[in-house]
Amino acid sequence: MTAQGIYLDNNATTRVDPDVLAEMLPLFTEQFGNPSSMHGFGAAVGGKIEWARKQVQALLGAAHDSEIVFTSGGTESDNTAILSTLEAYPKKKSIVTSVVEHPAVLALCDYLEKKRGYTVHRIGVDNRGNLDLDAYKAALGPDVAIVSIMWANNETGTIFPIEELAQLAKAAGAVFHTDAVQAVGKIPMTLATSAVDMLSLSGHKLHAPKGIGALYVKRGLRFRPMLRGGHQERSRRAGTENAPGIVGLGAAAQLALMHMTDENTRVKALRDKLEQAILAAVPNCFVTGNPANRLPNTCNVAFEYIEGEAILLLLNEADIAASSGSACTSGSLEPSHVMRAMGVPYTAAHGATRFSLSRETTEEEIDRVIAVVPGIIAKLRSLSPYWSQAGAPKEFAPVYS
Amino acid sequence: MWNYTDKVKEHFFNPKNAGALDEANAVGEVGSITCGDALKLMMKVNPDSQVIEDAKFQTFGCGSAIASSSALTEMIIGKTVDEALAVTNRDIAEYLGGLPPEKMHCSVMGAEALRAAIANFKGEDWVDDHEEGELVCKCFGIDAAMIERAVTVNSLTTLEEVTHYTKAGGSCQTCHEKIEEVLEAVLAKTGALAPPKPHAPGTVGLDAIKPLAPKAEAAPAKLTNVQRMQKIMFAIEELRPQIQRDGGDVELVDIDGKDIYVRLTGACSGCSQSAGTMMGVQAKLVEALGEFVRVKPASLLPVGA
Repeated sequence: MTAQGIYLDNNATTRVDPDVLAEMLPLFTEQFGNPSSMHGFGAAVGGKIEWARKQVQALLGAAHDSEIVFTSGGTESDNTAILSTLEAYPKKKSIVTSVVEHPAVLALCDYLEKKRGYTVHRIGVDNRGNLDLDAYKAALGPDVAIVSIMWANNETGTIFPIEELAQLAKAAGAVFHTDAVQAVGKIPMTLATSAVDMLSLSGHKLHAPKGIGALYVKRGLRFRPMLRGGHQERSRRAGTENAPGIVGLGAAAQLALMHMTDENTRVKALRDKLEQAILAAVPNCFVTGNPANRLPNTCNVAFEYIEGEAILLLLNEADIAASSGSACTSGSLEPSHVMRAMGVPYTAAHGATRFSLSRETTEEEIDRVIAVVPGIIAKLRSLSPYWSQAGAPKEFAPVYS
Repeated sequence: MWNYTDKVKEHFFNPKNAGALDEANAVGEVGSITCGDALKLMMKVNPDSQVIEDAKFQTFGCGSAIASSSALTEMIIGKTVDEALAVTNRDIAEYLGGLPPEKMHCSVMGAEALRAAIANFKGEDWVDDHEEGELVCKCFGIDAAMIERAVTVNSLTTLEEVTHYTKAGGSCQTCHEKIEEVLEAVLAKTGALAPPKPHAPGTVGLDAIKPLAPKAEAAPAKLTNVQRMQKIMFAIEELRPQIQRDGGDVELVDIDGKDIYVRLTGACSGCSQSAGTMMGVQAKLVEALGEFVRVKPASLLPVGA
């Protein structure tokens, strides 16, 4: 990895694991048949797809392999879950979600509200990114068709109490969907005994390729397909199967399950080391989200008085890849909706920087990042009018420290 | 990641004239921490000669905001204030070899700070914190005058461009109609918005009809090897001036059936855009030959070929 620099942007995407790639390659050239075909070429592929389904089932702790529907990725899974439920319950006209969801959920909800007349309840979060449970309970009612709440936030890693939320939703008669794109593979799951009805996951967040994902649909749940056509995926998702992607996802699921302990011990320790070193060496910065309850690989540090894109450019120059919730990196002009939703002050929201590790991250890499970050922050602050005006403000961060 | 020019990177990684200027007698401050970028421009102007003898900046913002500030100081030192007033945001962007469209507002911020500093030197009022009613975009504090200047200097024609250049309308979008009004007013004044010619009901105006593209010549049934080679060589010769303008070059190394091997040299070799250049060469050859070919770097030439 070091030849290409230090990659700490695994919440954006991960490297395809070489073992995953090896599983996939024959599907392009040797086992290229269409699994729907009535000949040996097809049958060989069909078997591999069913193997992959079982691996995903195991990773999610699902009761049945038939509960896994392969899709093109997280966005398709999210869209399918919501649109399917609305179609299955046409009389219910409300949706409950949170203000910090991924755009794959938020933008669809905005659309449904504006163009289709649905009522969308967007539940807020506190300054630690924890969901407002009172507002959540108040929003649940007989008119709610679906609740869609993410399992863990992509920017801060903050984990929501999914089981509790799901049970409350079930009690109110609503379908419960969770966008678990960031959580799957990083924290253990047992959907068999859970109240979660639907769950979205994405392959490229767990060392499988881009363009493959899955939607978990609990057995017995009313389901209406979004893509109509052939009878693939038990008529729940038409379109010839992305067999190489599916097999890659299966292999990635198997590996993720194998590395789950490593993720929650070694990777987590590296994350904590990185974070503590930065907090100790750099004044006026703080961890966003809930440090006590978040994904083991994610840390998001907000640096006051400087802007995220400038940080990323200097990190990149030092061969370190990270991510920023700043406006300037995305082409939009506002800082991330997650930072704003948590009420992170503008002085710091623009400088929020996310480091997301993976099982490939090494201690040497973390040491190198620790060595260069303070200098980068100091350099940008020496350019910032606010830093010198503030004269390195001493009274800092009561709420967030 | 944005595609910044080398000049932008140079001014970002090693900014010129960064820091506070203690003996400044002309200070301009624009932007705010809420907006995500802010610039404090400090100049030392000789009161007799009106020459800007020194200039420094402090910037809170992204890479292109810092680069624009650095470039601005380099551009104005040595100029009189009146000469400096002629510097537009376009000049700043051109000095940097261009900015991504979404980042043009950084150059606008530079030009605005310059105007503010000169106003400060002349003892004129420069209003940056507007009264509520004057603002078009309340999220980013942009008034109609600034939008007008950006539209005029940069020949903008769409709402999207106005947002890229000024940030106005980039957040809550409630001001989009007002921006469109300002835009239309400027375009009407400059004549850029010629009214469409009337046409009979139920028909389409002449201006909407575009001539049909000439049909591509049918490719000859089968080229001889020599003809094919000539076509490839000719197509590459046609491409070279464009690539040379970017400081690089391309040469044909070998042709092996569908595989055409070329070598990129100069600025193109090792450039992060080189894959894009190869794709461009491939597209050109496919078009010239009327058949599918693959363009590969000479380094992939089979050994012993």
